[in-house]
Amino acid sequence: MTQAQVQKQARSSHMEYLPDMEVLKDSDIARQVLSQMKAYDYQVYSAADVKQALSADSRGLEDFKALLSPAAAPFLEEMARKAQEETRKHFGNSVYLFTPLYISNYCENYCVYCGFNCRNKIRRAKLDLDQIEQEMKAIAATGLEEILILTGESRRMSDVSYIGEACRLAARYFKMVGLEVYPMNTEDYAYLHQCGADYVTVFQETYNPDKYEMLHLAGHKRIFPYRMDAQERALRGGMRGVAFAALLGLDDFRKDAFATGLHAYLLQRKYPQAEISFSCPRLRPITGEQETSGETPAVQNRMNPVSERELLQIMCAYRLFLPFAGMTISTRERAGFRDHVIGLAATKISAGVSTGIGSHSETIEEQGDDQFEIADGRNLQEICQAIRGRGLQPVMNDYVFL
Amino acid sequence: MKTDKLTIGGHEFDSRFILGSGKYSVKLIEAAVKQAGAQIITLALRRANSAGEGNILDYIPEGVTLLPNTSGARNAEEAIRIARLARELGCGDFVKIEVIRDSKYLLPDNYETIRATEVLAKEGFIVMPYMYPDLNAARDLRDAGAAAVMPLASPIGSNKGLSTRDFIRILVDEIDLPIIVDAGIGRPSQACEAMEMGVDAIMANTAIATAGDIPAMAEAFKKAIEAGRAAYLSGPGRVIEQGGAASSPLTGFLQEEEEA
Repeated sequence: MTQAQVQKQARSSHMEYLPDMEVLKDSDIARQVLSQMKAYDYQVYSAADVKQALSADSRGLEDFKALLSPAAAPFLEEMARKAQEETRKHFGNSVYLFTPLYISNYCENYCVYCGFNCRNKIRRAKLDLDQIEQEMKAIAATGLEEILILTGESRRMSDVSYIGEACRLAARYFKMVGLEVYPMNTEDYAYLHQCGADYVTVFQETYNPDKYEMLHLAGHKRIFPYRMDAQERALRGGMRGVAFAALLGLDDFRKDAFATGLHAYLLQRKYPQAEISFSCPRLRPITGEQETSGETPAVQNRMNPVSERELLQIMCAYRLFLPFAGMTISTRERAGFRDHVIGLAATKISAGVSTGIGSHSETIEEQGDDQFEIADGRNLQEICQAIRGRGLQPVMNDYVFL
Repeated sequence: MKTDKLTIGGHEFDSRFILGSGKYSVKLIEAAVKQAGAQIITLALRRANSAGEGNILDYIPEGVTLLPNTSGARNAEEAIRIARLARELGCGDFVKIEVIRDSKYLLPDNYETIRATEVLAKEGFIVMPYMYPDLNAARDLRDAGAAAVMPLASPIGSNKGLSTRDFIRILVDEIDLPIIVDAGIGRPSQACEAMEMGVDAIMANTAIATAGDIPAMAEAFKKAIEAGRAAYLSGPGRVIEQGGAASSPLTGFLQEEEEA
């Protein structure tokens, strides 16, 4: 046995549910995603397959596979044109705006690539309800109407009722409240929906269970299948929509992107009313001058970084496969990239972002460190100006809570 | 032609172009009113409840009839709630019912739409239901108190034109309510064809919103709709299929029997 295998054996199983975790016994979505991802061999696709996928009227899984393959790389310009057409058809010239609000950065997981992980000696903080309200007031005053509430993944430090109270406050100041918190059970999602939240984002990080095991060494988050069924539980809890993402570059990004798209596709087929969307975070290659995005170089080097070109290919493939899906462009990307992908494939962009704790309101001294360094620090006005500059329309809200 | 008005729920309109609401921009609204002469503009309540810049209501000129829609509703109850909210916000009595529980194709749910129509018509709304062109559903909508029916031409945003041509024609023939084709009209020629068939009005959005020159496309739609309407009113000639009807009639062998 290798040393790595010995170490792995010493860790708890990442495939076994912990006692408090709900199991969706009647769902085989995760199984389908994993088996199809395993079978996906992107090397077998040719230029002819890509051309066929591009010219197809409606695109299926085989088309999606071809568009994610290396054979599609030379067709990126054409993919971008088609993607822009589809984005226009389904979203017109609207670009939706939101901002994330980090209310706590306590985390009890050990994810080797993340700035918030429990072994990192960062300043931890959790906002109390007054502070959350101050932060929300400050954000709402900028004109934003959609908020995404985030916590580090610690059920102990930020329990469901704490998040629920944050949602109730948010519903007073914002038209749309999204959540990006640790995965929870259906009844928890139902409770948070009652509190005013209507959209749940869960990053699977990687869909490769073996790689996942190596990257998530401890904590609730280590349990791979519980995380994978989070979106389905959220929908069963009554949420209007769910968002999907792999942190591209943690593992083979083509397979992860395929699994992400397939996961969304299968869930929407099962729950046709569900709104789905994608986020597209990536680990980027390290060059001399380039900023890292919070990950240590040692970690990044073990990964499979994704170039801007490759990221755009993935975004276009998502758009061409599921033209009706929303797509959010991360603040990890530089302004020049973000400005060009809105209206092309992305439909939603954040503005006035800070990933620290207590950093929106002037009356709160920033207490907790940032999760990652952002590459686009523009405020709402600046982002709106950039959107209009591209002939697009900034939209603060297109949503009614029912 | 001067007396050719579109009448919906007792309200008369000269224009037979209605601006849809999916892809909204200030430029589009201006073009729809100025170049296309729109007198009815739909607006999604979910967009209209926005404050500040996002509030599309601020951009709709005086004198234009608002047609709030219930987009976002996934069942009859949600549609009813949105319609009531729209009325409370001062959007008037018109309401376009949209009940959609499919985020991929955005196809309307006729059954839930009928249920919502029944309730809202009783509450005094002028109900204009968006529907899949099914004759039985259209009859039920009429009986439920709809002021018009709005069948789709093809999937929303697809710009594919009159995929449901034959079924819309049946509604034109059988339903004595204004038939307004909604969704899927991608080109002025398709709008013209629908009007020639006897449809009463056209709703379009994506086709104009995504045009290279929005004002020019808005004007093109106006002309196409007017042309189609004029053709319908003047009674288009018979379409002669395959080489003309007069050659070798199948019944030419018949002998006229002389009366005794």
